[in-house]
Amino acid sequence: MFGYYFDLALRSLKRNKALTALMVLAIALGIGASMTTLTVLHVLSGDPLPGRSGSLYYPQIDPRESQGYLPGKTDPMDQMTWIDGMNLLQAKRADQQALMTGGSVAVQPDNSTLDPFYQTARYTTSGFFPMFGVPFEYGHGWGDAEDDAHARVAVISSQFNDKVFGGGDSTGKTLRLDGEAFRVVGVIGDWNPNPHFYDLNRKSYNENEGVFVPLSTSQDLGMIHDGSVNCWGNGGGGNTPDHNSPCVWLQFWVQLDSPSKAAAYKEFLVNYSAQQKALGRFGRPPNVQLRNVMQWLDYNMVVPDDVRLQTGLAFGFLLVCLVNTVGLMLAKFLRRAGELGVRRALGASRSALFAQLLVESGVVGLVGGMGGLLLALIGLWLVRRQPAEYAPLAHLDPVMLLITFLLALGASLLAGLLPAWRACQVTPALQLKSN
Amino acid sequence: MIELRPIFSTLRRHKTTAWLLVLEIALTCAIVCNAVFLIGQRLQRMDLPSGVAEHELVQIQLGRIGKSTEAMAQSQTDLAALRLIPGVKQVAVINQLPFSDGGASNSGIRLSPQQQQDTLEATTYYGEGALSTLGVRLLEGRDFQHGEYADFGTIIADLHNGDLKNLPSTIIVTQALAQRLWPGQEALGQTIYVGKGLPFRVIGVVADLGRPNDLNQGPEYSTVWPIRMTVADGSSYVIRTAPQDRATVLQSAVAKLKQLDPNRVVLVKRTYDDARHEFFANDRAMAGILVGVIAALLTVTALGIVGLASFWVGQRRRTIGVRRALGATRGDILRYFQAENFLLASFGIAFGMVLAYGINLFLMVHYELPRLPGIYFPVGAAVLWVIGQLAVLGPAMRAANVPPVVATRSA
Repeated sequence: MFGYYFDLALRSLKRNKALTALMVLAIALGIGASMTTLTVLHVLSGDPLPGRSGSLYYPQIDPRESQGYLPGKTDPMDQMTWIDGMNLLQAKRADQQALMTGGSVAVQPDNSTLDPFYQTARYTTSGFFPMFGVPFEYGHGWGDAEDDAHARVAVISSQFNDKVFGGGDSTGKTLRLDGEAFRVVGVIGDWNPNPHFYDLNRKSYNENEGVFVPLSTSQDLGMIHDGSVNCWGNGGGGNTPDHNSPCVWLQFWVQLDSPSKAAAYKEFLVNYSAQQKALGRFGRPPNVQLRNVMQWLDYNMVVPDDVRLQTGLAFGFLLVCLVNTVGLMLAKFLRRAGELGVRRALGASRSALFAQLLVESGVVGLVGGMGGLLLALIGLWLVRRQPAEYAPLAHLDPVMLLITFLLALGASLLAGLLPAWRACQVTPALQLKSN
Repeated sequence: MIELRPIFSTLRRHKTTAWLLVLEIALTCAIVCNAVFLIGQRLQRMDLPSGVAEHELVQIQLGRIGKSTEAMAQSQTDLAALRLIPGVKQVAVINQLPFSDGGASNSGIRLSPQQQQDTLEATTYYGEGALSTLGVRLLEGRDFQHGEYADFGTIIADLHNGDLKNLPSTIIVTQALAQRLWPGQEALGQTIYVGKGLPFRVIGVVADLGRPNDLNQGPEYSTVWPIRMTVADGSSYVIRTAPQDRATVLQSAVAKLKQLDPNRVVLVKRTYDDARHEFFANDRAMAGILVGVIAALLTVTALGIVGLASFWVGQRRRTIGVRRALGATRGDILRYFQAENFLLASFGIAFGMVLAYGINLFLMVHYELPRLPGIYFPVGAAVLWVIGQLAVLGPAMRAANVPPVVATRSA
């Protein structure tokens, strides 16, 4: 039966080539635009560390003076001061913890064909690697001992390894950073979390950190801090603030393996804030937050407004295309009332006619969907050529591919539903008589 | 005058199809109105005045390998050397530039020392000779004198030690900021407070000076401070030159700086025009996308109208033939289809206006956009009317060419 309907559909579509092309084109354009923007939205709002992100938390406290504090309304600070970061790190109340900040280091390659260059870097304590589950191609991260010893050790990304050392196992090699010699202890494998959740101050996407060194070492050498510095009171210290200044510029992450541990940790933050207020360091009553990765990304509204706007726009466009197709299909089906009347008179049931017409609209949808997929691939290629920082990430994945097909088929069947239903309401006798 | 009654009675027999066309026109109208408005917003943003001599500036930012102990002395040596380069008119070390990527320095501003919440967040420009090098126009008061400047490093150390007696005490603000802080009043001589109630007296007002980023906090809320910077603080050398000399001056300046200290890496080297172009690249791309969407929408809608009208013409050939046989002219038939389309378009536009307003309300809540100005409604309506008429012209002419003899033939 389906084969016969399919054949009828093809005949009918062939009879009106321009109209068929118009319907297919409208669906393809709508699907193409929606899938392009939906894929970008999907990539940008994805989970940067699937499976891990639920147990990673970002503690926030509020060490500012009492001036300007509105209870329940003022958000705690988005980063940590050096003193608080160190206190919380040394308290070791979480399953894992790391204190870190962004920076850039001058790299002087031994390879004399390369000029010295600046590389975005991360200054962090050792907990970073096990906590975020960083995979290593060669070697490993450093440990607490290296942090304590302010050791000159570095972990590098595989991309950086290719650029400076020409790839291969570079552990044990010497790397000159800011004029000092560092020993490479690890080369990171394929690891590039997007969004760059652990530090959103520079770029939210596609951040390319090539070098990781111990936080303690970076401070000894006065390595350049790069990111946001937020001071209060009479604070102000340029880009690399003094450790005692009233400025926040560090990120502190903890791993808490169960909700009860998270609750206990929040309690600890409240107690810590109360204690610091008693000591006179904090001017405000405890004002804390403990968000996990996805909550933190949500709070920071990390997906650009433009991307959400474009997605809305594309779906508006798809809606217009669908209405357009419904109108055209309706006109077409109604025009065939005579033919349908004959089929009814010869014994076809209403549901049989309905199925036949749905097959016809399904064919239009399927072809439109394929066209849409092609347009989406072109669309994503165009997105990748855009100036936005997330542009290189815009690629279609299998999930989105499946969604494209379901969307195309669903949309066109939906578009066929009303016309098919209206068309099968024909009264056979009337149709036969009028001719 | 066209008789509307027969049109209505025909449409009543094709209710669903007619409503679908009205709906399509309404949606298109609503989306196009808002999209055009969004494009306008982007263009307006890209057109904001920076207040600086845009075509005459180049920027060089340097990083140094290893610690430099004599940052201030080195900056002064660099400046002296840069001034000797042919074509260089002025040079200054400035912490940031309007509408350009890179960091930004901002400060909360209060109007009295007791005030709990900051009135607003203004951007803070530092650098000796910043105003004259950038070419910012002074409207009232005066620029800073040489003796008023203090070194950035010294200020930080003083603040840290709580030693406040050597801090600068004067500030220059933009006209936009002055009008926001003291509406209708003379800004010169007023005092603002920052940090723990540190006072700064306004000694000058400049015309325009944009902020580096965060434009939604007030694109022109800028302040200039008598603070001397060094390149070690992350500031840049900003050189003023003639527009045609920019490329050569940039090249020789970089060469000179590398020669003075080879242990330096150039982080940024660009003309101000390039910096601004890059800053607004996303807006330009978004405007382009919106133009594309509008074109696609109007095309799809126009083709939809063509398709439906063709159908109706085909379906009504006999009726048209009868009308022609009864004395209707070709013009009558043509006008009939045009009037029908006009009627449908008008319904669509009416619904579209309501929808456009609704979408705008949604955007105002979620994307901090202003209200859609009234002018967009008549313009949107006109566009759709014109498109509708153009789209229906072909099928209507085909209808007008139906010969009267059709009436006599059986279908």
